[in-house]
Amino acid sequence: MRWINTKPGQGARLTLALLPFLLLLAAYMIGSAERLADNPNDKLLPGLDALGAAIQRMAFTPDVRTGDYLLWTDTAASLTRLAAGLGISILIALVLGLVIGTLPYARAMLSPFVDAISMVPPLALLPILFIVMGLGEASKIALIVIGVAPIMVRDLALTALALPREMIVKAETLSASSWQIALRVVLPQILPRLITTLRLQLGPAWLFLIAAEAISSDSGLGYRIFLVRRYLSMDVIFPYVLWITLLAILTDILLDRLRIAVFPWSELEKGK
Amino acid sequence: MSALSIKNLWKEYGDQIVLENASIEIESRAFVALVGPSGCGKSTFLRLLLGQEQQTKGEILLDGTPLPKEPGPDRGVVFQRYSVFPHLTVLGNVMLGKELKASRFAARLFGAAKREVEDEARTMIAAVGLAGSEDKYPAQLSGGMQQRLALAQALIMRPKVLLLDEPFGALDPGIRAEIHTLMKKLWHEAPMTVVMVTHDMREAFTLATRVVAFDRPRDRPEEKLRYGATITRDIAIWPPRKAGEASLFRPDRDGPVSSKGQ
Repeated sequence: MRWINTKPGQGARLTLALLPFLLLLAAYMIGSAERLADNPNDKLLPGLDALGAAIQRMAFTPDVRTGDYLLWTDTAASLTRLAAGLGISILIALVLGLVIGTLPYARAMLSPFVDAISMVPPLALLPILFIVMGLGEASKIALIVIGVAPIMVRDLALTALALPREMIVKAETLSASSWQIALRVVLPQILPRLITTLRLQLGPAWLFLIAAEAISSDSGLGYRIFLVRRYLSMDVIFPYVLWITLLAILTDILLDRLRIAVFPWSELEKGK
Repeated sequence: MSALSIKNLWKEYGDQIVLENASIEIESRAFVALVGPSGCGKSTFLRLLLGQEQQTKGEILLDGTPLPKEPGPDRGVVFQRYSVFPHLTVLGNVMLGKELKASRFAARLFGAAKREVEDEARTMIAAVGLAGSEDKYPAQLSGGMQQRLALAQALIMRPKVLLLDEPFGALDPGIRAEIHTLMKKLWHEAPMTVVMVTHDMREAFTLATRVVAFDRPRDRPEEKLRYGATITRDIAIWPPRKAGEASLFRPDRDGPVSSKGQ
């Protein structure tokens, strides 16, 4: 039988899915054990007990100076910034995407502008943001918005434009005005895509957040990673990176569940 | 009344002449089938009637008044695909037109007004044979059921003219025969004129009161650009079909005919 025609069963699929993760873990453990055998004070690849101790210290022991549980306050600070940035981006993307995708005049005016803005490297703007908006929360949130909103606008505008012309004409024969077409025909059909595009932008959003936090902040997951980097505290960095990844994966899965729950028709259309 | 009068219609795209001097009078309540080879301008002709495109020259009158330059509720349409909205249930699709008409800003109805429209929509859904599927999404319906839904959605607006662009072309023969019976019934009952583009001669002669053929009188390669298609045949079906009346000679030919909507 050809390889392209052989499919894994339920158990095989699970095993195969776990295999790369287990291999990575095993490689780490072997590397860590070898280095620790050479030098028990090695900080580069700490063993599981050192990692466990660091997690215990960061997540479940109050900080001696502030009395905070650092992992949780860092997480709260980062997630607040991320939510604010993505929330603003969603609003911008919905309004501009809808307008650009529906009205030819708005498209003529805004589409080239948004296309150009989306090409500006956001990190190059970070110094400007810090100078203009100060080192507080505003500049970090602004960086996320500048980084992800233009792409989301373009994606939603393209989705709106890709709607078959027949549907728009049909709505017109049902006496719809431009406003009604935007509200009842185009908007509901780009909302599922909004969730998908948000999922795709989660990675970049985290990137911009951590970049901003690394440069200027007093809390946040990115801030902590770059702070302990000075002490070569890999035992803290590794769990933090893992935690960020876990948060991102969880958000991704939850958003897709949300789409299927709120827009069941978008899942039905997929199979066609 | 819903008579269409088309006078010396031309449609050009840049240098390309697609439709050339097409004129036809369509009497109220007629069922006209437009036939012809691919690329002969019959779909363009339909889009001009719909208002989706504008003619280069000539005029189209509906009951003596020129058509507005964009689609409107006086002309309903069913396309071969994408005629229904995938994000609305069957009931939502049929209610949409009424909701848009009654609520210009929110485009939604609530309370008693909504229940009234819902009742009307359920009656319409039953009339096209979709009773029991009210809460399904279009993706859960077969191709034939989707076209039934598209008909219900268009007809609840009581259009003067119903335009059909190869509406049953993608359906298999058995389903097509069933939907032909439905189409005849709807045409007999609703006070409208029907113009249908089709590739299927059998369909044209089964449904229509008149079969109108489009063709290019000059079709040599070097002539293709500068000479468009026009109406070359206009065949009245005999014995004549009349909306709302059984055939005089073979009363069962067009199926059961009720006098509703006359």
